[in-house]
Amino acid sequence: MSVLNSEKLPPILKDSVITGLITLVLAVPIVGLPTINATEGLQIEPRWSVVIWMVSAVFLGRLVLNFWWHREQTSSSSTILLNTPFLQSLQQLLKFIIPIGVLFALILPTMPFASRYVMDVAILVITYIMLGWGLNIVVGLAGLLDLGYVAFYAIGAYSYALLANYFDWSFWICLPLAGVFAAISGILLGFPVLRLRGDYLAIVTLGFGEIIRVILLNWYEFTGGPDGISGIPRPSFFGLEFKRSSEGTFSSFFGLDYSSMHRIIFLYYLILALALLTNFITLRLRKLPVGRAWEALREDEIACRSLGINPTNTKLTAFAIGATFGGLAGSFFATRQGFISPESFTFIESAVILAIVVLGGMGSQIGVVLASVVLIGGTELFRELEEYRMLAFGALMVGIMVWKPRGLLAHREPTIRIKTEGSS
Amino acid sequence: MAEMLSITGLETFYGKIQALRGVDLHINKGEIVTLIGANGAGKSTLLMSICGRVQARSGAIVLEGLDITKAPTHEIIQMGVSQSPEGRRIFPRMTVLENLQLGATTNQMAYFEEDVAKVFDLFPRLNERKNQRGGTLSGGEQQMLAIGRALMSRPKLLLMDEPSLGIAPILVRQIFQAIGRISKEEHVTIFLVEQNAFHALKLADRGYVMVNGAVSMTGTGAELLARPEVRAAYLEGGAH
Repeated sequence: MSVLNSEKLPPILKDSVITGLITLVLAVPIVGLPTINATEGLQIEPRWSVVIWMVSAVFLGRLVLNFWWHREQTSSSSTILLNTPFLQSLQQLLKFIIPIGVLFALILPTMPFASRYVMDVAILVITYIMLGWGLNIVVGLAGLLDLGYVAFYAIGAYSYALLANYFDWSFWICLPLAGVFAAISGILLGFPVLRLRGDYLAIVTLGFGEIIRVILLNWYEFTGGPDGISGIPRPSFFGLEFKRSSEGTFSSFFGLDYSSMHRIIFLYYLILALALLTNFITLRLRKLPVGRAWEALREDEIACRSLGINPTNTKLTAFAIGATFGGLAGSFFATRQGFISPESFTFIESAVILAIVVLGGMGSQIGVVLASVVLIGGTELFRELEEYRMLAFGALMVGIMVWKPRGLLAHREPTIRIKTEGSS
Repeated sequence: MAEMLSITGLETFYGKIQALRGVDLHINKGEIVTLIGANGAGKSTLLMSICGRVQARSGAIVLEGLDITKAPTHEIIQMGVSQSPEGRRIFPRMTVLENLQLGATTNQMAYFEEDVAKVFDLFPRLNERKNQRGGTLSGGEQQMLAIGRALMSRPKLLLMDEPSLGIAPILVRQIFQAIGRISKEEHVTIFLVEQNAFHALKLADRGYVMVNGAVSMTGTGAELLARPEVRAAYLEGGAH
């Protein structure tokens, strides 16, 4: 603190007082005047002590932050120097973390702490990892900002639910079909937005997501509208059902006692396999011409054209393949929940998936995993905070954007490398 | 001599503004042809019209007997035209090698190793930097990369838009030497648009001078260099 001279003190105080005043203005109506249901109707019961607490907390917090920032300025040169070797060692570490992570995911159900709750959270996290990977193709690799990704999730979920409901088809037939339907809708979305980029693209994709939801909500005769679809069949294990029965079930075939955990573990492995498939395909595609074209398109569309890349096909494949994975994940979601309604496919879902991609570091596969664990797993951890859960979610996002503005892992691994001979 | 590219009566508009006012120009196989002119004369518009980035309103662009006036950019590129664009436009987050890979898009990387070796022979600096990201290269190195990337598709016709723009004089000389080698060793026909008239005219077989969207003078490089009006407008005080 020795570097802090007396000249800096007045602006610091001024800034902190202003921040405190803003908090006061906001906190009085929002926090200070809550309404309560009394016998004689709605009444206001002021709680000024909470307001005072909040204002002083913000004032002191801002003061500490200000001191911290001014101290930072003098030592910033050394932190930059520290950064590069740190990043390099992080890269080294990642090489080990990936196989360990996959191994851990594979043996998770056998762990002693793998309760029903843990497995449910794990399934949820992996579903979002898969969605994140799917969207990463469109946003991270091809650089097309898609705010309506949840539409493909919904199309996948509804195509399985409806096919199973109307034709009684098995999950294993419907799963690829859901992918195909989602891919077709991806291409349908792709055509009108071919010429759009950035903000305009975001608006149209946002609209697309809403259109799908509104159709699902209003086509009552076909989709059940707001009532949703219930009784969606659960998947079977090569024809063996997960049921408490003596004949032709998973438990009877393997001579096990029936346990509801069998199905949970099966669902866990199912989504894990789907997610790993998504990752495998994405990593392969990145090394093929189409994947290279996606990344080139993100960098510079005009340069792409001048190299003979057809931007139309490149964009449509990105939309179609990204949508396929969203559709597969949607189908899984439907079979896991057994019940779906348009409520599950609101804009906030798109926003969460996009947040996972952006916070993870655009285009980074492992970043998506990290961000999903932090955002989805993290909010589960904060479940005890109840109404403050979304606050924690928001704080987390702000924190990542402040300290890691390009995402948790912004590093991009080149797809080709030739060892430098001798020199350098 | 057989014609590689011929342009007749080309007129291009941006909205109501006419950028090209009936350009006539031809490039023979194996030649280096340069186009010089001041800022805003329409040089870049002409290149963009050839590549289909802007549609010409009238006139014809014929590549080896095929009319490409209305063809989309990627098809023109697939026909053997390659471009090192103005402002270089390399992919900044990708490495030098990845940039070169993208240059080989039209031939599906069939001759990748061989062609990379050729590019590295032409620009040894790129070899030293091959695993480095494009955005971290210097301006001159980025220009080398842009030219190298354009060569990766084994073009018949290479279009270059101001390769000397914003580059240190010593690198400018290197780049012009490389252009000469590309023409001689790879037998690529080169159409070079330049503001650096002295270097360009010295290197070129033939040259065109463009003023206000039309060709005002033409001749061999040496002829144009000797013309007093060319010297006055483009060389005096501007020669390096």
